[in-house]
Amino acid sequence: MLEARGVTKSFGGLLALDGATLTVSDGAIVALIGPNGAGKTTLFATLAGFLEPDSGTIGFAGGDVTGLPPHAIAERGMVRTFQITQPFARLSVLENVVVGAYLRTPHRGEAMERAAAVARRLGLGDRLNATAASLTVAGRKRLELARALATRPKLLLLDEVMAGLNPTEIGEIVAIVRRIRDDGVTIFLIEHVMQAVMSLAERVHVIAGGRIIAEGTPAAIASDAAVVEAYLGRGAARRMLHA
Amino acid sequence: MSARAATAALLAAALVYPLLFFGDGAWLVRSNYAIDVGMLALFAAFLGQSWNVAGGFAGLTSFGHVLFFGTGAYCSTILHVGHGVNPWFGWVAATTAGAALGAAVGHLTFRVGLRGSYFALITLAFAETFRVLANSVGFTRGGLGILIPLDQRAAALQFHDPIWFYYLALALCASGLAIAWWLTRSRFGTYLAAIRENEDAARALGIDVVRQKVRCLALSGAMAAAGGTFYAQKYLYIDPSIAFGVDRSVEMLLVAMIGGAGTVFGPLVGAGAVVALGEATRALSDARGLGLILYGLLLVAIVGFLPNGLVGLVRAARRDA
Ligand SMILES: Nc1ncnc2c1ncn2[C@@H]1O[C@H](COP(=O)(O)OP(=O)(O)OP(=O)(O)O)[C@@H](O)[C@H]1O
Ligand SMILES: [Mg+2]
Repeated sequence: MLEARGVTKSFGGLLALDGATLTVSDGAIVALIGPNGAGKTTLFATLAGFLEPDSGTIGFAGGDVTGLPPHAIAERGMVRTFQITQPFARLSVLENVVVGAYLRTPHRGEAMERAAAVARRLGLGDRLNATAASLTVAGRKRLELARALATRPKLLLLDEVMAGLNPTEIGEIVAIVRRIRDDGVTIFLIEHVMQAVMSLAERVHVIAGGRIIAEGTPAAIASDAAVVEAYLGRGAARRMLHA
Repeated sequence: MSARAATAALLAAALVYPLLFFGDGAWLVRSNYAIDVGMLALFAAFLGQSWNVAGGFAGLTSFGHVLFFGTGAYCSTILHVGHGVNPWFGWVAATTAGAALGAAVGHLTFRVGLRGSYFALITLAFAETFRVLANSVGFTRGGLGILIPLDQRAAALQFHDPIWFYYLALALCASGLAIAWWLTRSRFGTYLAAIRENEDAARALGIDVVRQKVRCLALSGAMAAAGGTFYAQKYLYIDPSIAFGVDRSVEMLLVAMIGGAGTVFGPLVGAGAVVALGEATRALSDARGLGLILYGLLLVAIVGFLPNGLVGLVRAARRDA
């Protein structure tokens, strides 16, 4: 589904991505973890075309998407969400999701119907006519997810959709993400909430200093104590095992 | 009253209005002045709508929309006076030229990522440049301006009776409303709203932001240019400051903002308010600056207290009721 090879990106003197290489296979739920500032969001932004890599290639769904603009990549089926939610603040929740749905149909009726269905599925059914600005953090995270999902993506890049949520809300999102995957959408997610990573992901990539330093099953990554301690800080391995 | 019924009632009133004042059979009192004031309001509403399509719906706030108005006015007038082209064809050509200019300006500015106040200043600079050019190049006859020979036949897009210009302005205004309504119901309009609210999110959801903005400015430019031809045919004279004067840019922006930017009926409401205010201040005093000072105060009041204009005020009142 997705194959990044040697992706490098620097901001001035700062090397944010340093030859990052990874693959995400069809139909999987894959997690990307790493300490703050490791380059996770930068990697997603580069994959989705928001940043042009200095070098390296990005293959997606059988084609080369390196250097394509974001809208062209979204059109092909790779859609990202934002760590800092980016709602269309003064539009209603439904209109927000309709924007996503319009990617696959020019007809308003059809777009509205699909959008309403997606929004209900994400538990936004009773807020359809509220403005996006009026949503809580949890609501906004759901809205990010709903909008992206309404584009009928092949691959979703979810950047910390659980950050700032309480355990109940996290549980709900975990269930939702799993259902989205079961409907055939491949999931690549950045997450600091280890409990979610352990329960959702089939593969985990660890990034630190812009390099992918480990890759494996959640259990293998969690027990790779040296890696985890070195890059996630002291005690992280224990926390993951007990999550 | 439903929105549809209100619109129908408004349209009926607009159709009947000039009959109150027109000719010997005037229902109320014969008054070409009253008809012209109505025409001015409808025309201001149309120009305001042209600004609204870009500035209100897509957030492309322009300070130089007169650029398109003047281009349309000069285009049909030069074709007519200089090359004998019928003004009806000239009108089509002017509208097309407005669209092309909108697309060109859009390409130049949006592709390099200029937006917000930078875009506003760029449009202002373009309009001023065109004004200076119109003053100095030969084919516009410079500061002398161009007189359109009197030829009061419908075939020459001139009318003896002001009522026909009134109805023409009404047709423009109605088509502007139709375009605005379409923007609230179409994918294109939804994309513009998304771009106005958050460009990054729009791009992430597959919207080609530059392309949609260029299309929007082309549409808006076409409308303003069509307004330029109408003006030239009504007053039969244009010069650089009439065609490209910054005050008309300000009026377009004001009309939309006072009424409610990004709403279908905002420019119509705003035009009613601005024209009424203009006529009132003119009746009260000959001081030329007074109108502008009032506009300024009004704009400050609107921006400060009524971000969604008069239409927003009505909506809020309805919600509270
Ligand atoms: N646009 C930018 N310009 C300059 N530096 C940037 C930019 N974006 C990110 N960086 C820097 O690149 C590095 C990687 O940032 P990034 O946002 O990818 O980290 P992250 O892994 O997502 O962190 P977090 O867990 O805090 O979200 C950081 O040092 C950050 O300060
Ligand atoms: Mg991040």
